[in-house]
Amino acid sequence: MAELESVGAPLAASVPASASSAPATTIPSRHALLVRVTHWITTLCFLALLVTGTEIVISHPRFYWGETGNVLTTPLFKLHIPSSRAMVPSGYSYVLPDQNGWSRYLHFQSAWIVVLTGLLYVLYAFFTGHLRKNLLPAKSDRSLRALWNAIAKNLRFRRPPAAEAWSYNLFQRLAYLFVIFVLFPLVIWTGLAMSPAFVSAFPITVNSLGGQQSARTLHFFVSLALVLFLLVHVAMVFLAGFWSRTRAMITGSTATTTPTEHP
Amino acid sequence: MNKLSRRKLIGTGLAATAGAAGLGVAARLAQKYGLVPPDHGGIFGLGETLTYASQRLLTTHSQAREFSSSQISKPPLANEMAPLPDVFKRLQAGGFADWRLSIDGLVDRPAAFSLAQLKSYPSRSHITMIQCEEGWSYIAEWIGVPLHHVLDAVGVQPHARYVVYFSIDKNWWDSIDMADAAHPQTFLAYGMNGDELPVGNGGPLRMRVPRQLGYKNVKFITHLTVTGSLKSFGKGLGSASPESGYAWYAGI
Repeated sequence: MAELESVGAPLAASVPASASSAPATTIPSRHALLVRVTHWITTLCFLALLVTGTEIVISHPRFYWGETGNVLTTPLFKLHIPSSRAMVPSGYSYVLPDQNGWSRYLHFQSAWIVVLTGLLYVLYAFFTGHLRKNLLPAKSDRSLRALWNAIAKNLRFRRPPAAEAWSYNLFQRLAYLFVIFVLFPLVIWTGLAMSPAFVSAFPITVNSLGGQQSARTLHFFVSLALVLFLLVHVAMVFLAGFWSRTRAMITGSTATTTPTEHP
Repeated sequence: MNKLSRRKLIGTGLAATAGAAGLGVAARLAQKYGLVPPDHGGIFGLGETLTYASQRLLTTHSQAREFSSSQISKPPLANEMAPLPDVFKRLQAGGFADWRLSIDGLVDRPAAFSLAQLKSYPSRSHITMIQCEEGWSYIAEWIGVPLHHVLDAVGVQPHARYVVYFSIDKNWWDSIDMADAAHPQTFLAYGMNGDELPVGNGGPLRMRVPRQLGYKNVKFITHLTVTGSLKSFGKGLGSASPESGYAWYAGI
């Protein structure tokens, strides 16, 4: 698949704000320091949440709908994997070692860190214009026709212009907005809805989802959606040039010539 | 680097310094108001303390969700458990007539109660969910005497901060803070779904803490100690759970 392409966004709107004001000799940062730091903290936390979440699921790889569910009730579906508990009829003759203790400690610690990091990022995005300039689609892109054009252009596998390295294209913007403002809030909500103490103070968080087991099942599916995003995201980074894009997210600099040199 | 980003950098530096100072003050305040869990040491202390402190502040007077009798899980699940000790089997053979709950520590009148004495206190019930950390759950009607009623009977001293509770299985003990101990839904449970509490579910006497996960609901309770500090119990982490890797506070 060709690299995704930005459509209709005027170049001036897509370059970092500091680029125009900086002297010609300095190369502007592709990603702001705060964006880079929060990106990698989120990456680490997400990987920790994924590994520990998997460990926790292994202790009961069955999912239910409604308030309650256990080995005596019919599951909505089950994962055909071995379990770390003898009580679960997994179909396997062996029981995996119990890793829930440290997994739970690390899961909740990572959740705290990623939520606080996410809050910092969202506040930054709101107050510095990052949200308006870099995440929300440009005005000219806010139509179904623009979306259709973007899809059509992508299907033609055209090589994207060099300016692509300096801004998020339309699909990136939509994907990032969806992850930040839909998937992350959902995964936090469904997670909190499983906490007996939290729902004692805010019962609506679980009642609105149809019950505690429904919350657990939804938490699993939202996590899968986040994993899907991660896979596509990493695949796109590879297609766009793994080292240049990864270096841009670590050091802020990119191999591509500065956008001011392009008309 | 241009002027704007330098100003930003200084601003960020100041914010970080203020944040670090704020964290220091927060840690002192948290310690003072009992918002630090006993297993706060080690690499997971940050997450545990944030969870315990925030939930202590949010859930001071909150009630665990209660359900209608039609939502009671049938049949009730009895979790797998370690073989019961011989002393339990002897008491069971005698219909638990000789079962005793002893209470000591920071109390005015240390005492030992038979099940009959506990049942002579006002009986309460709630239909609540018990949730295992593994992910499964069931709903049952729990019948018992509120823990605070028994604590009032023995007279808890003012500097008490925790109630430590012990199972007849010596490896199994846990503790809760006074907020949970005084909570109206925290029971010494002896009945379930209109009947005696089955042995499989912790009978004849189980600690029932519905705002925390299943493993805080220790089965076969024989002994309570009221204390100001958890340091002298086990490894000082508050319960047997952190000693095998599980968090002391399980409100999650």
